[in-house]
Amino acid sequence: MERYEEVCTMTDRQSARIQRWRKFKNVFMIGLSVFSALLVIAPLFIIFTYTLSQGIGSVNLAFFIHMPKPVGEAGGGMANAIIGSLEMVAMAALIGLPVGILAGIYLAEFGRNAFGTAVGFLSDVLSGIPSIVVGVVAYILVVIPMGHFSAFAGSVALAILMIPTVTRTTEEMIRLVPHSLREASLALGIPNWKTTLKIILPTATKGITTGILLALARAAGETAPLLFTALGNRFWSTSLNEPIASLTVFIYDYAKAPFDDWNRQAWAAAFVLICMVFVVNLAFRYVTRSRYGTSHN
Amino acid sequence: MEQATIEKLEMPFMENPHAAQTEIRKVPEKMIARDLNCFFGKTQAIRNVTLSIPTQKVLAIIGPSGCGKSTFLRSLNRMHEVAGGTMTGTVLLDGVNIYESDPVVVRRRVGMVFQKANPFPMMSIFDNVAAGLRLNGRNGKKEINEIVERSLKQAALWDEVKDSLNKSGMSLSGGQQQRLCIARTLAVDPEVVLMDEPASALDPISTAKIEELIYDLKKNYTIVIVTHNMQQAARVSDYTAFFYVGELIEVDDTKTMFTAPRIKRTEEYITGRFG
Repeated sequence: MERYEEVCTMTDRQSARIQRWRKFKNVFMIGLSVFSALLVIAPLFIIFTYTLSQGIGSVNLAFFIHMPKPVGEAGGGMANAIIGSLEMVAMAALIGLPVGILAGIYLAEFGRNAFGTAVGFLSDVLSGIPSIVVGVVAYILVVIPMGHFSAFAGSVALAILMIPTVTRTTEEMIRLVPHSLREASLALGIPNWKTTLKIILPTATKGITTGILLALARAAGETAPLLFTALGNRFWSTSLNEPIASLTVFIYDYAKAPFDDWNRQAWAAAFVLICMVFVVNLAFRYVTRSRYGTSHN
Repeated sequence: MEQATIEKLEMPFMENPHAAQTEIRKVPEKMIARDLNCFFGKTQAIRNVTLSIPTQKVLAIIGPSGCGKSTFLRSLNRMHEVAGGTMTGTVLLDGVNIYESDPVVVRRRVGMVFQKANPFPMMSIFDNVAAGLRLNGRNGKKEINEIVERSLKQAALWDEVKDSLNKSGMSLSGGQQQRLCIARTLAVDPEVVLMDEPASALDPISTAKIEELIYDLKKNYTIVIVTHNMQQAARVSDYTAFFYVGELIEVDDTKTMFTAPRIKRTEEYITGRFG
């Protein structure tokens, strides 16, 4: 800031004053950053503690292993909804992850043409489409031809929601891998496809994992696309061909119901859902962890 | 003779490089680049270069930045096209045009060490060296163990890493990483090793190690090394080629090049008057 001559001719008092001002600016900006960082985690903390305090009373063994009870009967659980949510998200991952990852590889490796640009752009548009619209699409594509609501239709809707996130993160993470690694591999006489699969993809794993987790968490938390695809079910069903219960649809139904007991169970379901996403997150990161800590490029 | 020398001095760029490589022709050639032109889009990086690469010798390529040294080197194992370049002319490896062969096979026979050490970050030291073998479908455990040990010994790295083969390649120092990359290149048993300023990012001790290594390697391999460092070229190479703005200006045995270059440009560059 100060010109060189000025610095040279400053008195000790002047320079001490400048020093203090700089220190103040430094502390102030660091404080602002820390405050913003706290703001980022604050909502999660508030949501978590509130659902915990409201829902923990209804979270017990019965919640996990029992079926919902009719109105008026106390107790009961959401075993069918927990299984239903897990099943649909797993099925959606089975459809969406391979498509998303392969499309991402295509865009990063061969997508420098009009088609690739178009796919990338449309995938961004797709990720911005409201999830309820995706539900309608799945209704038209799957429910109407099948003639009835089904877990499979719900999975398709969730898969459509997952694909753009996975595609874009895979593409971006592969592009981030330094070109020198590809050259090193090619120079060893390793064919192009093996270079992509065995050198580039493993190097990008950490980033791709984050994208997959975001997509999974989003799918697990969606309600709207399930309302007219999987519909919901008060009875036990694991069939892909029949309507199936899910935690989110249960939360929706139970939260707006006029029964205190149901409302409490809705809180419990929300709490369980958050924990499930959290556990899946940790497990996935553990499985795909790097052997060498943070040594990624 | 006298007349010819004067002509060269006046028009160094009109010099026909074919004439300037009589010495190098005495050694059987492993590779020959013939009428080579390399392009990046419309920019021409290499102009009509004809140069033979002598078997089991070290050929150094010197020249100022942007003169096409690296491009020439990369055209010898078809890495030029990986960076999106195009070329005309031929490059023969044992008499066969590599541009009519499978690039994967060419690169197995003509290995490359890059300026910046680039070990695979998600692999251990052992896996880095074994990568080329495994990904080319050789999976015999005993065979791989032997080759990894042999390659690390050849690269003068074995003693430093033999107890930590499972550690990340990234945990090594810069000089060690570069030797790891050399070991990785040697593991696939190439016939020619191309080195693109392999020591330019290293400290003097690591540089000395790499230079000793190059000296040992020429017993078994044909080596082409690009370097900015003229002392290095003088120390490690048997032959030296001088490139300037994409053209081969002169090539001769290293001693002659550094003591009695025939062309004025070469002399000016070697004595540090430009570049």
